[in-house]
Amino acid sequence: MAATLSPPRLLPSGDAAITVEFSRHIDDAANQRVLALDRALASGPVEGVTETVPTYRSLLVHYDPCQIGFDELGERLLALADRPALPTARARRWRIPATYGGEHGIDLEDVAKALHTTPEDIVARHVAGDYRVAMIGFTPGWSYLSGLDKFLHMPRRQNPRLLTPAGTISIGGVQTGIQCIAGPSGWHLLGRTAVRTYQLHRNPTFLLEPGDRVTFSAVDAKTFAEQDRAAESGEVIAELIES
Amino acid sequence: MSRLIVSSIGPASSVQDSGRPGSQRYGLTPSGAMDRLSLAAANCLVGNALFAAAIEIGPFGASFTAREGAVRIALAGAPRNAEIDGRSVAFDTSTTLNDGETLTLGFARGGAFSYLAIEGGIEGEAMFGSLSVNARAGLGSPYPRPLQAGDELHVATASSAPERRIELPPATGGPIRVIMGPQDEEFDEENKALFLDSEWKISATSDRMGFRLEGPAIKHLHGHNIVSDGTVNGSIQVPGNGAPIVLMPDRGTSGGYPKIATVISADLGRFAQLPAGTGFRFKAVSVAEAQDEARKFAQLLRSLPDRLGSIEGVELNLEALHGANVAGSAVSAVDAGTWHILTDTQSEAEEP
Repeated sequence: MAATLSPPRLLPSGDAAITVEFSRHIDDAANQRVLALDRALASGPVEGVTETVPTYRSLLVHYDPCQIGFDELGERLLALADRPALPTARARRWRIPATYGGEHGIDLEDVAKALHTTPEDIVARHVAGDYRVAMIGFTPGWSYLSGLDKFLHMPRRQNPRLLTPAGTISIGGVQTGIQCIAGPSGWHLLGRTAVRTYQLHRNPTFLLEPGDRVTFSAVDAKTFAEQDRAAESGEVIAELIES
Repeated sequence: MSRLIVSSIGPASSVQDSGRPGSQRYGLTPSGAMDRLSLAAANCLVGNALFAAAIEIGPFGASFTAREGAVRIALAGAPRNAEIDGRSVAFDTSTTLNDGETLTLGFARGGAFSYLAIEGGIEGEAMFGSLSVNARAGLGSPYPRPLQAGDELHVATASSAPERRIELPPATGGPIRVIMGPQDEEFDEENKALFLDSEWKISATSDRMGFRLEGPAIKHLHGHNIVSDGTVNGSIQVPGNGAPIVLMPDRGTSGGYPKIATVISADLGRFAQLPAGTGFRFKAVSVAEAQDEARKFAQLLRSLPDRLGSIEGVELNLEALHGANVAGSAVSAVDAGTWHILTDTQSEAEEP
């Protein structure tokens, strides 16, 4: 399969960052290549690169223009991207408990109606998913997961909510996600998890890495409340089932 | 140890330093000062590291009182009326706020953000290497939120060092320079021209996350949703209503609106200081030109300590600067185009 990869596009994001774009769409193969380039840069750092931000379809590479110019860095990145993606080395797998519906998933009933099925079916399909952290962005720990059951694909809400709770598990478009801190969202709220993907005085501060695998397990609201208290005191609620 | 009490303060004022880059892959925005040059100048005046934490004061007034000892301070950035118990205080100089005295600041004039640096910095607990406030993520120290009346900052008692002044290149107007992209192809030629040729104003609803622009509506070619990708300080995204938003240091780390252009790093501070309602224009430049400007801006920052003078002598020691330049040290000329002094010391050979 080597040498058949199409080169990514190099788009300037100002004078101190390059967007290495592998696709303009949500595309699993593109995301794998994004993560592969990210890993390649982590294992063989290029001088002048200050940080990288993987997304579904592109890798944003921040750099110091006093140390390396656009053209030179671009060539280095193209060379790295030309290597075939290694099989996802050491992808960790997490099981994340979530409580669905009721006050913690206020859109579950509406989603079921819109998709002409039952809330139980929605939950079963969501729990059955084998997801990958495609990117983390927007606000600390907001983890975008790829691998959502096609049946659950639906447009975002017409009117985004200005405040949705910490730990919200939601779906939007072809994606599902785990929101860590309270904030605005235009996605459909299916449930909540006590897992903090970002927690300041905990080690590690950030739980998930782009590329990690994620599955959900359904728990009742009472369990969620117990887990939430434990998580508040710094306990890591997510279960690392494979690493 | 002295204390600096916040006696009164408007919104949009917070402790800021150079921010906390490095965790954007986890969705943590870098935060940091809106105008790094002014932060650095204020710090330089009181002998601090250039990007030590200082108080970033938004467009409204504020007052601060020293307790339990004198506090050496310096103001830089957006000019405003400043006095200590009735005596006038100049910007770009250090001064001492004696125990019990109050520094009173008016509204910003001709800018948006002023920086109040304190000798020895501000005591706090660094999070990811920074005291910068990011209220949404619960980060920042000594308070993880904008400052409020009654807040107390623990600071060093003023040393016996002489007061200083700093000679900064005069600020210039001129267009805000941008590099087109990364998603300029989401706009046709007509709308790209509209973006570059129109006069824009910064909306009063702007904040540290983003500056909203008022002007003509920019239309997208294929709708306003793209698959989210990463953002930088200065990314200019165009949402569905066609009114561009320039993303600032408290931005989301990714966004799903097409980004028509990016403000060059050397112009970010100048852009942040444009007062709401003032007209300005953009100008497209090449990446190579912007990177030249970035290197010159870095040189300007490095040159700040050499721009200090005693409070009595108003003249900048040009001779010393020339000498240093000839000797090939890091001190060097600044950009002739942006900063209208020292043009004759500009040396092509210094560019990598």
